[in-house]
Amino acid sequence: MTPEDLFGRLRTRFADVVLARGEVSVSVGPKELLAALEWLRDEDLGFDFLSDLTCSDWPELEPRYWVAYHLLSLAQGHRLRVKVGLAGDDEPHVPSVTARYPTADWFEREAFDFFGVVFDGHPDLRRIEMPEEWTGHPLRKTEPLAGVRTRFVGASIPPPDRRGT
Amino acid sequence: MTSSPGRPPGSPSTPTSTEIETRSMGVREDTMIINMGPQHPSTHGVLRLVLELEGEVVVGCRPVVGYLHTGIEKNMEYRTWQQGSTFVTRADYLSPFFNELGYCLAAERLLGVEAPPRAQTIRILVTELNRIASHLVWLATTGLELGAISVMLYGFRERETILDIFEAITGLRMNHAYIRIGGVVMDLPDDVPARVERLLNTLDSRIGEYEDLLSGNPIWHQRTRGIGVLRAEDCLRLGVTGPMLRAAGVARDIRRDEPYCGIEKYEFDVPVADSADAFGRYEVRIEEMRQSLRIVRQSLERLRPGPVMVEDPKVRWPAQLSVGPDGIGNSEEYVRHIMNESMEALIHHFKIVTQGVKVPPGEAYVPVESPRGELGYYVVSDGGQHPYRVHIRDPSFVNLQSVPALVTGGLVADVVAAVASVDPVMGGVDR
Repeated sequence: MTPEDLFGRLRTRFADVVLARGEVSVSVGPKELLAALEWLRDEDLGFDFLSDLTCSDWPELEPRYWVAYHLLSLAQGHRLRVKVGLAGDDEPHVPSVTARYPTADWFEREAFDFFGVVFDGHPDLRRIEMPEEWTGHPLRKTEPLAGVRTRFVGASIPPPDRRGT
Repeated sequence: MTSSPGRPPGSPSTPTSTEIETRSMGVREDTMIINMGPQHPSTHGVLRLVLELEGEVVVGCRPVVGYLHTGIEKNMEYRTWQQGSTFVTRADYLSPFFNELGYCLAAERLLGVEAPPRAQTIRILVTELNRIASHLVWLATTGLELGAISVMLYGFRERETILDIFEAITGLRMNHAYIRIGGVVMDLPDDVPARVERLLNTLDSRIGEYEDLLSGNPIWHQRTRGIGVLRAEDCLRLGVTGPMLRAAGVARDIRRDEPYCGIEKYEFDVPVADSADAFGRYEVRIEEMRQSLRIVRQSLERLRPGPVMVEDPKVRWPAQLSVGPDGIGNSEEYVRHIMNESMEALIHHFKIVTQGVKVPPGEAYVPVESPRGELGYYVVSDGGQHPYRVHIRDPSFVNLQSVPALVTGGLVADVVAAVASVDPVMGGVDR
């Protein structure tokens, strides 16, 4: 299905569909997410493969966090991006899709680790890239890139003149 | 002494890392927990596997990653779009050109530009050579891990000849930053097509030699056949792509299904196997090297003179670069031009180099077929000179999730063979 056909088809079901640069995006609320994914998989559109799942942080926007699901239909070869906006500054919640797409397991752990998005229903939601003792979620825009004290609990970096050689 | 795994006697009550990892496993009382890695010669970098063993049989497994996390995605948000190329090339360090290509294609989609034909052909040339080099490292390391040490020596020898060509083209053996937004950073040196031609002729026969060494070798068969089986439907549920998926009989290849850089005009086959085990993955990768040789040969025939970077001065990198003794640098004529002759050229150079290119707001997801599977770049721009968000959908990261499914129920000695057949590159997993 061409992106234009897909766009037309999706507009009959979703209110917020965007076609830009040959890519189709659908925005849904966190409550409709599972039903939307189910519909996209079971209709003849056949989005049965989750390519990618990640998040972006927009502190000035409301909702602030946007989780993006990149779906692919293996049989028909078309792609779709489903986006979910999540309110809540510190602990945004979204349902986990691991039951439908087991591949989402590590993706959701990564988004939790980097952005602090809580995926309700994830079997083992904990940090994956950052150390277990880390505090904060480093890819949030409010987190600086560098020039911070070490975030390891109980650890400190001594001044240069007191370090061993 | 507590019964908790991995805790030295008398240690405080904070849980050990092994305890945290095994919490969700439901560890039985009569089994043993073994940490394999992160410092282990056959874990392809710093992968750690927490294995639950009942005698010699693996009954549970948790892969632990993150030891090579370098914050590439966060870093890129603080650099210009052009600098992104030098960051992503360091993610999956065995396929640097694919990282650069995926990132640049995504940025180009946002900018609405397309690289000129010669640049596209060069991109195909270097990425397919890169695929052969990457598969050779896979063959070499897997051979080493399974006891075929001569294969290790041969694999790295041949890879070195490919890296020599990369060095001639880009000035560097790895981490090239050669593919840039709008094209490639500079044209091929004059002698490169002839050198590639010679390389193709030797590689063609050498790949046959590896097959002679391994395909009929009873030890190789015993170590790989029926090991690490993952059927097609499980691959798809776990998001596994690349040679692992093709070894399970699914002929999915992004080069054919969602072609980039005009690769749809090239003739090549998508090899598949139906055994879905480590041996099938070996067969697929060997045949993929042959197909890549075919593509490289065609790309040499398709090389026509022409520009290698878009003309738009608001997008193209202003400097004319050349390979110098210490890598790529500004050519002397160009430095003379901006320093002595043209104030406007200097101002333009300064603005583009220090401030970067403005990319229209929007988002794009572009997949390319890396040696390990679907390598996707999700880039988001807010209209500024820096990427707002870059996410790398790295195939190693996703494929590694399948390791528990590959090793559970098998012998601990086969864990090495199963993990090797995934071909994980931890630089890409952890980014």
